[in-house]
Amino acid sequence: MDFFQDLATTFNFILQGLWVTIGVTLVALSVGFVFGVVMAMLRVYGNAFFRALAAAYSVIVRAVPVVVIIFILFFVIARFVNLSPFWAGSLALGFASGAYQSEIFRGAFQSVPPGQMTAARAIGMSRVQAIQSIILPQAVRLALPAWGNEATLVLKDSTLVFVVGVPEILRRAQQVSARTLEPFIAFGLALLLYLALTLLTTQVLQWLERRYRLQM
Amino acid sequence: MTTTPILRIDDVYKSFGATQVLKGFSLSIQPQEVVVLVGPSGSGKSTLLRCINLLHPPTSGRIWLEEEEITAPGVNHDRVRQRIGMVFQDFNLFTHLTALGNVMIGLTKVRKMHKKEAHDLAMFELERVGLVDRAGHYPAQLSGGQKQRVAIARALGMDPHIMLFDEPTSALDPELTGEVLEVMQQLAKEGMTMIVVSHEMGFARQVASRVVFMEGGVVVEEGPPQQMFEQPKYERTRAFLRKITDLEGDEK
Repeated sequence: MDFFQDLATTFNFILQGLWVTIGVTLVALSVGFVFGVVMAMLRVYGNAFFRALAAAYSVIVRAVPVVVIIFILFFVIARFVNLSPFWAGSLALGFASGAYQSEIFRGAFQSVPPGQMTAARAIGMSRVQAIQSIILPQAVRLALPAWGNEATLVLKDSTLVFVVGVPEILRRAQQVSARTLEPFIAFGLALLLYLALTLLTTQVLQWLERRYRLQM
Repeated sequence: MTTTPILRIDDVYKSFGATQVLKGFSLSIQPQEVVVLVGPSGSGKSTLLRCINLLHPPTSGRIWLEEEEITAPGVNHDRVRQRIGMVFQDFNLFTHLTALGNVMIGLTKVRKMHKKEAHDLAMFELERVGLVDRAGHYPAQLSGGQKQRVAIARALGMDPHIMLFDEPTSALDPELTGEVLEVMQQLAKEGMTMIVVSHEMGFARQVASRVVFMEGGVVVEEGPPQQMFEQPKYERTRAFLRKITDLEGDEK
């Protein structure tokens, strides 16, 4: 009976990290989405300066380990701006994911047939209007499969905010393990939670993909 | 004709890099005229249409639309394009929108209509091309002829003063061209001014007020269809028109 009681206590403790993990992932994905779409647009439709800026962002951020970005945000930038560990970690993850998402959206923007832009301009839309109402909705749909992959990667990368002390699933599992000296149970439960989250995420994204598939 | 032309093209040149496509093209078009533009491929027909609606502004030369010089500096190109409808060879329907959505989006985003008003006008335009029952279909669910009719409805929704057709039936199976030509003929009857790049000689004979033969970026010869088909001034015109008329005959 003790075993099951302990197990329940351990599980409840780790479970409190679930919402933190979900929070970090959602913030990071949203921030990354905004950065990704904006940078991809600048890269495809911007002038030489913005193209270079967006390309530099993508190359540099992807070349740096995400943990380094988290440390910079938490130990350097958080000295000037008031940032909790949660926000420092999530924003850093989002900034990093934005670089990968910008590559995904760049490909998507470029694979929208050029005739779509021509037709939009022909009915009197400005370039900005055409990108907003014709190109972007199609690009987002085209990007969905690759974006789903990125979403699961960010979910797993959310463990990295551990290093600045955010109490998400993995950190809590580690705390329990240190206290109970039963790493198998603690990390086993963490594994199951991540597995469940990832499977759920893929299901939701597959549904979205089917729902919004573009027929050419 | 003494009325002022709705469209006047004066000595237009257009180059892409080192390639000169239009070499001093001039033409005036009267209101309600239907001009069919023919010529061998590479003669600059599509480029001319794209110069007229400023998708590719001319390198030099001037164009007036209803007495406003649209090639003048400072003219808002987007505003000009609203007055010039364009229909493309490969339809270019917006793939993420239904037939109705394709017609509506210009009304809500460009003409700034309210949803309800835009919906009603879009349905009216779909009715004009006989596709009310396909309003909820996506482009992928429509036949080529239906796609092109939706594209025409989309252009009509902007209330254009002149319509440009760039080989509207070239991408269609022969049995589907009829439904598109019928819609165009109906438009012509209603008094729409049209410039049609097409090798549908049956349409040219029946509907055109003028046939313009262009080659090498300039007008070679122009005249009423009967004159152009039966007694053209130049041997080159005769040879070209005979060739495409024969080709058409073979297909049918």
